[in-house]
Amino acid sequence: MPTETTEPSSAERAQERNLSELNAGLDALETHDVMRRPISHGIARALSPLIAIGAVVLVWQTLTWLRWQPDWILPGPGQVWDSLWNQYEQDILVESVLNSIRRAAQGFLISIVVATPIGLALGLSRKLRAIFGPILVGLQQLPSVAWVPAAIIWFGLSDATIYTVVLLGAVPSIANGLIAGMDQIPPIYLRAGDVLGARGWNRIVRIVLPAAWPGYLSGLEQGWAFAWRSLMAAELIAVSPALGLGIGQMLDVGRTLGDMALVLGSILVILFVGVLVERVVFSPIRTRTLRNRGLLR
Amino acid sequence: MTIASGEHPGVTTGELEYAVRIEHVTKRYVSEGPVILDDLSLDVRPGEFVSNVGASGCGKSTLLNLLAGLDKPTAGFIETLDAPTLIFQEPALMPWLTAGRNVELALFLRGGFSRAERRAKAQELLAKVNLERSFDQRPHELSGGMRQRVAIARALAQGRSIMLMDEPFAALDAITRDLLHDELSLIWEETNLTVLFVTHNVREAVRLGQRVLLMSSRPGRFIREWQVDIDGTRRIDSPAVADLASHITDDLREEIRRHAN
Repeated sequence: MPTETTEPSSAERAQERNLSELNAGLDALETHDVMRRPISHGIARALSPLIAIGAVVLVWQTLTWLRWQPDWILPGPGQVWDSLWNQYEQDILVESVLNSIRRAAQGFLISIVVATPIGLALGLSRKLRAIFGPILVGLQQLPSVAWVPAAIIWFGLSDATIYTVVLLGAVPSIANGLIAGMDQIPPIYLRAGDVLGARGWNRIVRIVLPAAWPGYLSGLEQGWAFAWRSLMAAELIAVSPALGLGIGQMLDVGRTLGDMALVLGSILVILFVGVLVERVVFSPIRTRTLRNRGLLR
Repeated sequence: MTIASGEHPGVTTGELEYAVRIEHVTKRYVSEGPVILDDLSLDVRPGEFVSNVGASGCGKSTLLNLLAGLDKPTAGFIETLDAPTLIFQEPALMPWLTAGRNVELALFLRGGFSRAERRAKAQELLAKVNLERSFDQRPHELSGGMRQRVAIARALAQGRSIMLMDEPFAALDAITRDLLHDELSLIWEETNLTVLFVTHNVREAVRLGQRVLLMSSRPGRFIREWQVDIDGTRRIDSPAVADLASHITDDLREEIRRHAN
């Protein structure tokens, strides 16, 4: 009977040592060190989009040299650069960009705080999902620009208008991403969590949220994209000195003045910020998540 | 499920008669639907290792779910000394945590350990399954056998006295499975664990168990049991193991044949 613990005999000790050696041998045979790619490989990968950008600029410059269209319809890269430089020298560019990024980031963070409990509640409760799910999906389909006139009537030309539009753009995406992530949790993790005794708050924080993280992360990425787009739309429509500078306002100034170089420049800045945030914030998090879970090819 | 306590009839706090008691348990998933488990009764002594074999459809996994408290019997009752832990066929390690953190999670949910204590104890438990060097490895970096050993370490971290195992080695290759049998036997000898081990593999059941129960299929019933009286070190290819296994296999085949028409 094994119920009484006795000092292991020397034979048992030998068996134990034998077993640990056997295990170590088999483990070594069955696993292999993961080859780390050299850093130069990563840098090359990060820089490869420059090839496409270079090609676009080249075609654009060639068309300008060929005088395919007049200046006021298609200004060349040089003119667009000069226009942005001009904005920079007037201290407009940096403040506009920083203002817009700050608004988008704040709106995005508020969206996360609002959307996460909503997503969790709808992901956990079938009843709540049946009631509110369709509305949430509908809101995600609705372009948040459609809310701009309503927000202006409610809140006037104020920050509240801008944040309302940003939130209505980002919250449904984030909440739906979290719900999708929760739907895709392999049931075995939840069962394992139950067996380990994860209940209530612990179940949510230690099991459900980490297990749903890949879907949630996609929702966050999409939510950021919607926040950024909505912000640009709101800034473009809600123009007022009270609101201060922003890239959308810069774009509107270009439109008003018929300054195509400024319009194109503003568009490029909007594009650049979007790509930058994806590369610097989301891409590393996504890569890390996939690598940790062994999902990276 | 009732978790037995001191005042419960049948369990005396002094000397425990059983770790698991199943009395006339019947399970249907749908009322008036097919009977999955039919009037099962079983007592398992504390520290006993019971293997449970049966063909598909014998309701082995249903039985373990009932014992683990993940589901409730339709009739009858189940008493266990404490809430059992359950090991699945899949290791079910959390892929967002390292091997060590998986064990620490069990300790965290068990409660009562400081962060440093959790870490030290997780190290100790991984060492027990010969994985002291894999603390910081992710589940996907481990082989199937290593993952299942982490799962065992995680189950041990829960500090329960009963371990239920649902075909835990079925997905592993023969060499790895063989070593895991040795490993499990050793752990069982060193601790006072009561083990209920469910498998399709008759030899495995005899290699590990002190007692082997054969279940019928549709509905699941206990139809025969054998005491495994084999002295000394058992191996999957020991003649004594093979001998008893072939008897059990005969009965198992008889039971399967019954379903032919």
